[in-house]
Amino acid sequence: MQSRNARIGLKLFCVYLLLYGGFVGINTFSPATMEKTPFAGVNLAIWYGMLLIIGAFVLALVYGLVCDPHDAPEDQEGGAKG
Amino acid sequence: MIYETSTLAIVIFFAFVAFTLGLSFYLGGKAKSSAGYFAAHGQIPWFVNGVAFAGDYLSAASFLGICGMIAFSGYDGFLYSIGFLAGWIVALFVIAEPMKRLGKFTFADALDAKFQSRGVKLAAGISTLAVSIFYLIPQMVGAGVLVQPLLGFPHWVGVVIVGSVVILIVVTAGMVSTTWVQFLKGSLLVIFSTVLVAMLLTRGFDVTEGGNDGYAFKTLTATQAEDGSLSVEGYQVIPSKGEWNDSSFVQLSSSAGMMVFSKEVNAEGQITLHEAQTVTITEDGEKLINGKPQSKENDLHPVGRVSKLPGDKKSSGPVGLLSFFSILQESEVVLWRNEKVKNEDGTSTTVYYQKPTAGSRVLRPGEHPKFAGIRSDKFSDKLNFISLMLALFCGTASLPHILIRYYTVKDGASARKSTIVGIASIGFFYVLTLYMGLGAMTSGAMDVTNSNMAAPLLAKSMENWLFAVISAIAFTTVLGTVSGLILASAGAVAHDLAGVLLKEKLDDAQLVRVAKITSVVVGAIAIVLGILFEKMNVGFLVGWAFSVAASANLPSLVMLLFWKKTTKQGITAAVLVGMISSLAWILLSGDTFKSVYGIDPTTSPVPFDQPGIVTIPLGFVTLWVVSLMTQPKEKQLIA
Repeated sequence: MQSRNARIGLKLFCVYLLLYGGFVGINTFSPATMEKTPFAGVNLAIWYGMLLIIGAFVLALVYGLVCDPHDAPEDQEGGAKG
Repeated sequence: MIYETSTLAIVIFFAFVAFTLGLSFYLGGKAKSSAGYFAAHGQIPWFVNGVAFAGDYLSAASFLGICGMIAFSGYDGFLYSIGFLAGWIVALFVIAEPMKRLGKFTFADALDAKFQSRGVKLAAGISTLAVSIFYLIPQMVGAGVLVQPLLGFPHWVGVVIVGSVVILIVVTAGMVSTTWVQFLKGSLLVIFSTVLVAMLLTRGFDVTEGGNDGYAFKTLTATQAEDGSLSVEGYQVIPSKGEWNDSSFVQLSSSAGMMVFSKEVNAEGQITLHEAQTVTITEDGEKLINGKPQSKENDLHPVGRVSKLPGDKKSSGPVGLLSFFSILQESEVVLWRNEKVKNEDGTSTTVYYQKPTAGSRVLRPGEHPKFAGIRSDKFSDKLNFISLMLALFCGTASLPHILIRYYTVKDGASARKSTIVGIASIGFFYVLTLYMGLGAMTSGAMDVTNSNMAAPLLAKSMENWLFAVISAIAFTTVLGTVSGLILASAGAVAHDLAGVLLKEKLDDAQLVRVAKITSVVVGAIAIVLGILFEKMNVGFLVGWAFSVAASANLPSLVMLLFWKKTTKQGITAAVLVGMISSLAWILLSGDTFKSVYGIDPTTSPVPFDQPGIVTIPLGFVTLWVVSLMTQPKEKQLIA
């Protein structure tokens, strides 16, 4: 069983992974989409790139706020055998 | 003349270096034990550690390499910024707290915490050394690149200066001084990059005919006769011979001498000639610029300009954070490309030629040759891109010199908080890289032969003192990262490899002594490699280090944390297979064939250049298979 903080971390990691995967996927299979200018004359490549950078900071802040400072690890790494 | 040695620059530069060294000697007295030397007694405040993360991580690749790549090709360099930052999400959400709990001094400590295995220690120690040395190469190349224009020394002198200063820093006080050097450098880098971007936005864009030395590059119209021969008013066309005949370049002569132009033919068949710049190295080693010996009066002109602004304006005036991009999107900028042409006497001439490019193309991904694959129909080209982005995502959390920084704070909560501070500082800096790179592209100050100097030269286009400060910060950037890398290598040798190879436990004083000797040896190796790899783009080289780190280290770290059946044999095998396979892939890639060995890249046996998409999963599969094969017997489990 994993600690509460680790479970929160994994959920936020999955959110970011989806965002990052979407960025890589669009660039790879539909690069022309990235040339579109959806807002303020700035193209999607720049908007999405900035979203990934600022989004990383926002998710990191959320993680910092919801984490339990006294959360003790239970069996997070304890299952590995020698 | 692009570079002129300035007294102010030299004074500021040496003041930075002297202060950094003074700080190291002062802090040296506080770290006598191995706990102090390798982990600063775990007493670094989390905020300082967070900024030091930025100082450690924002290497020459980030500051010099990314800005240079954006300045030469546009948006593609920003893909590295995105990937480098995304990797911190893996570090924060998956690795940070367990790493702090499991380890003490080195990356191998964490992997070996449950096993006490010599095999795990040996494999992880070798992997730490391999990744750190790979990562050291671009840092040292960056150091040489910086010192050359700033102080007027040859490249190798710059590399030797950095190597010597770093060895002094690491040998005097280990992690304590390294942390404060990195804190200082991280803070200064973010602050002065912000100043640079603010000045850039205030300046806006201007349409110019050439760079900021006032030289206007010529654009001519040519006519073609029925027999295919060209004629240009006021010039004599020199008949092309050998490889020049097959190239798109035209050699003209006039009273001013010989000039090379690139030829552009539009849809209506009109021929426009754009003035190029050439560099030829003669058989006796003399450098010719545009056909004449290089001198103060005859040198390459600085480049990088906007050739058209929206509404045919000549100047945009100050621009905002968003209008900076929207104006560039509607403008035309002149990029520079290069091509080597062989002369009949056996020498080669590198022709640097203008490539007017729409702003909308500059701001889209896929313009740089390394990323052009995303627009290719070949699936392997697309895989190459995915593979690089995967390696960047997985690489950060696998870099030993970053991981050991988790040991310098007191607990898991501090590790978490310092990572958040690190993400804030690093993320903010990476946003600035796009502005700095595009600003350099249009600054009129660029050196066509050296993409790595884009950020300092952008500063030079603003103010000479800013150039001196930015160059000195860039130099401390290299110092901070190289210190961390050498310390990680020294820790791996002293704690992991020496213990296993000598088959006895070293005492505290011996550990520190071995680490200091290792620092000197690794520093010397870094100096040699930095000189050998002089011409490579530093951002590109770091991409390789990320691939090796992600392939060798991440599978073991993740599986150790999340799969209960992981065994010591599985970890040892995964580290070795990941490391060897990724190294082998890189050494056999088309890029290495072309850039390092100088042979035809199409003869490379691997289908694409970036190994991550194959070698990272290979590490996971190896660990899974070997662990299943080496499960302890049930009796042992009960016992």
